Amino acid sequence: MPRRNNLWANIDWVTVLLFLILVFLGWFNIYAAVYNPESQSILDVSQQYGKQLIWIGAALVIGFVILLIETNFYVFFAYIIYGFVVFLLILVLFVGKEINGAKSWFEIGGFTLQPSEFGKFATALALAKYLSSFGFKLQRLKSMVLIALIILTPAFFILLQNDTGSALVYFAFVLVLFREGLSGVILFFGSLIALLFVLALVLSGMLLNIILLSVALLVLLILNPRFKQFGRILLIFTLSIGVFLGIGEVVPTKYQLSDFWVAGALTGAVITLIYSIRQKIRNYILVTIIFTGSVLFSISVNYAFDMLEAHQQVRINELLGIESNPQGAGYHVNQSKIAIGSGGFWGKGYLNGTQTKFDFVPEQSTDFIFCTVGEEWGFVGTSILITLFLTLFVRLVYLAERQRSGFSRIYGYSVAVILFFHFMVNIGMTIGIMPVIGIPLPFFSYGGSSLWSFTILLFIFIRLDASRLDHLSS
Amino acid sequence: MNNLSKRSHIIVAIFIVVGVVYIIRLFGLQVLDSTYKQFATNNILREIVQYPARGLVYDRNGKLLVINKAAFDLLITPREVVTFDTLQLCNLLDISKEELEIKIREAKDYSWYKPSILVKQIPPENYARLQEQLYKFRGFHTQSRTLREYETAAAAHVLGYVGEVTADDIKNSNYYSMGDYIGVSGIEKTYEEALRGTKGVKKYLVDVHNRIQGSFLDGQEDVPAQIGKDVISSLDLELQLYAEKLFQNKKGSVVAIEPSTGEILAMVSAPAYDPGLLVGRVRGSNYSKLLADTLKPLFNRALLAEYPPGSTFKIMNVLIGLQEETINLYTRFSCAGPASTPIRCTHNHITPLGPVEAIKESCNPFLWNTFRTIMNKYDTSAESFNKWREYVESFGMGKKLGSDLQFENKGNVPTAEYYNRIYGAGRWNALTVRSLAIGQGELGITPLQLANYCAAIANRGYYYIPHIVKEIEGEGLSGQFSTKVYTNISEEHFEPVIEGMQRVVEQTNASVFMRIPDVAMCGKTGTVQNPHGEDHSAFMAFAPKDDPRIAISVYVENSGFGATYAAPIASLLVEKYLKGEIDKSREWVEKRMLDIDLIHSKQEN
Repeated sequence: MPRRNNLWANIDWVTVLLFLILVFLGWFNIYAAVYNPESQSILDVSQQYGKQLIWIGAALVIGFVILLIETNFYVFFAYIIYGFVVFLLILVLFVGKEINGAKSWFEIGGFTLQPSEFGKFATALALAKYLSSFGFKLQRLKSMVLIALIILTPAFFILLQNDTGSALVYFAFVLVLFREGLSGVILFFGSLIALLFVLALVLSGMLLNIILLSVALLVLLILNPRFKQFGRILLIFTLSIGVFLGIGEVVPTKYQLSDFWVAGALTGAVITLIYSIRQKIRNYILVTIIFTGSVLFSISVNYAFDMLEAHQQVRINELLGIESNPQGAGYHVNQSKIAIGSGGFWGKGYLNGTQTKFDFVPEQSTDFIFCTVGEEWGFVGTSILITLFLTLFVRLVYLAERQRSGFSRIYGYSVAVILFFHFMVNIGMTIGIMPVIGIPLPFFSYGGSSLWSFTILLFIFIRLDASRLDHLSS
Repeated sequence: MNNLSKRSHIIVAIFIVVGVVYIIRLFGLQVLDSTYKQFATNNILREIVQYPARGLVYDRNGKLLVINKAAFDLLITPREVVTFDTLQLCNLLDISKEELEIKIREAKDYSWYKPSILVKQIPPENYARLQEQLYKFRGFHTQSRTLREYETAAAAHVLGYVGEVTADDIKNSNYYSMGDYIGVSGIEKTYEEALRGTKGVKKYLVDVHNRIQGSFLDGQEDVPAQIGKDVISSLDLELQLYAEKLFQNKKGSVVAIEPSTGEILAMVSAPAYDPGLLVGRVRGSNYSKLLADTLKPLFNRALLAEYPPGSTFKIMNVLIGLQEETINLYTRFSCAGPASTPIRCTHNHITPLGPVEAIKESCNPFLWNTFRTIMNKYDTSAESFNKWREYVESFGMGKKLGSDLQFENKGNVPTAEYYNRIYGAGRWNALTVRSLAIGQGELGITPLQLANYCAAIANRGYYYIPHIVKEIEGEGLSGQFSTKVYTNISEEHFEPVIEGMQRVVEQTNASVFMRIPDVAMCGKTGTVQNPHGEDHSAFMAFAPKDDPRIAISVYVENSGFGATYAAPIASLLVEKYLKGEIDKSREWVEKRMLDIDLIHSKQEN
């Protein structure tokens, strides 16, 4: 069986090793997180660490089985797997069990399964198949619409399950698209939108407007440093804002003066736009449109924010430092930071953590497992763990880039960015620079569904990589 | 395609930037910022105070006066409470449903997670019932505290009582915190620091629900509570009990001192109260009742009541006259009996008479003349008066003695300034203030001062500051109590007056009530004029004459002549103390004293 030998020799054992290290480190930390001196057997299956060991065993079996399956299988069945998982995502809305407010679990004889976890690899497969299909061109509108459908359909149903965190993961695919030729402009606007989103919530409308206006005027001055035109634009803004502020001052309305400022700036922008078009200054047209769009976007963010549910508002506010009540909604983040911060440089030592064990940190074995690492292993442990994850991500990008088939490459990037997104949001949440969005830390957090889904996600790619020389697909 | 593969660098750069930002953030959180470590300690550390048992109090012969008994506080941790049978708990605790609900609400307001005291000081008998049923009430638990218990109902005023600390106590000391107990009066207050011991602390690890998970650092930082030191009182329990018994149905006080040490052997203020009434949960209501009692049982007459010394003060004036040499042992003054001026004499005796006989006969004219000579010795009355006053003060009158008992009254010995204010400087003389000659007028002294004055006479010229505690376990007593305080009278002047005092006991009409077989007792009666009602009967005595072992002062309010009640009671106490029992020949005196009811009979009138 030369082919079989070929397979094992071609497997990227570096990735497999990183996987095993992370899984077993995770298991040791779960043991520490729920450590109970009265039940010290690490094999006790009534405890989370005992169960996790079973799930690790099953995950290894799953990984092994995946390696045995021919790569053609994934290419051929990509859409079917995707269709089946979407069906499960819809089904769970009707027959699912609600855990922690999210109706995203199947319960089969005391055993629970979260289909949204499996949506990730299914979507990655479908996306890889579609993007690598013959004659595919990303720039076409039809392609864009279909890509959006592939990515957002599972995200939409997961959102309906009230599992916002898992739905947000699908944003990660934007990076895959970027690699496959999506315009950098979109990435730029995506970042701009994210930045504006945050600033709109943190800053007052008027202050944000002043900043945007200043930046816009500065860009105008740099792009076209001719004083005559710039002076006119300055005059336009000064006059329109002045007139609106004057009206706001004199006429009593329910609106505040800052609202009049924003209205004045918008009016000025419209006049500037007309002026720029008539003068045919392309840079000015572009900057003015971006400025106008930014102002309108920040206004709508504030409007949309008011529409959000109270607990979501609070979480976002907490993240942005708008409300800081350590006993209130910020409690979780605060306790998480205390646990991690108290670890110091070297940590308190294995099983010596107090904050996690005594339940000061919530969800200490699942979403907040990083706290145990921070508390017991200190800065040394956290930076090593982050380095391990980064090594894995970079390794995956390296592997993806060496693929000959588009399918394998796209799938490989999907694996890397999905894992990265989880890593970024999960750890960012525990150290207070991301909102509290409940998504697991890959391979680390307690839970069968997530471990298996990440294992499947990763091992399909390892399998694809192992047969990269086989010339199977285009 | 080659162009696009370069985008992998951008993606890798994004990964690495995020990773580096996180590591920098973690460095700040874990290494640079130390506040999180403190927060973490605060999170998990719960200090539980260990209350030491309070020291015991013994009498001078090693008999227990005050001991401890267990009581239990019921605490509630609101978070852990599940639905329970309110009615049953109310029955177990003996409180109403409304009361329970208010207390639970208060506890919730205080803290949802921390335990707070729901019901204090549940007596052991109720506790036993409660403990059996407590498993039904989740979120409730008990803690044990010690309360005082008294072996006898004696000496309530001396022992004092223990109460909960006030806001002021907490503010003035860094030892106490809310809910602690503190001595409020008597020995409990004076010797609080020795008796209370030192609170300890046990440090525990707790989880987020405040449930104890184990000891902190294996108890290395625990501080054990130190049991309070025992205090040996100078009281003689038997004497005290006997004195209180003799004072049944009477108002007044007794103070007995051992002259050679200043130790207080007995101190009675009648009517008294059972110290057990001021313990535990019933303290508040009992205290109000005692406070409202018209006989003022809470008032410690022995320290606070200010009576004129009456004729007992005559010895003072004789001593001053002898010291100032305005009279001598051969001085004779004549007495015209009831016709005497300016103070008449009610006693029928020989005349003229000298100082020893004058004491025996309590002769007013002799004392008036003695006082007059003292007041005329120096150029002005004021000067002479000040000299006189110094002598009086040297016996501990008109000032606080500085005993170890709280709330001493300093009594009143007027000053020359006082008379100057009333009569004008130079416009008063011996005649104006003649009442002082016989211990009346503005003079006021406490029973303690009278006993101390008697002890100073017994010692022939000095006293030790009276004190109630003989010894604190493992410590000596403060030096002030073992230092002689000398009076301004020379030793040799005491013998004649003591001779007179012996004759009072042995050779007067009243001797039949107070002469103790085989004991040379010296004493002096006094009848204290009382503007509010019948005169008070006063008596002071010491015995034996040559080796005084007890000096005693007795006041019996509203009872008339000193010889009628105060003297017999004093003699019975001296006899009891010196001989252990009352001689058969004097049992009738004892019976007579026990039977007399000066409170209820008076009230009936």
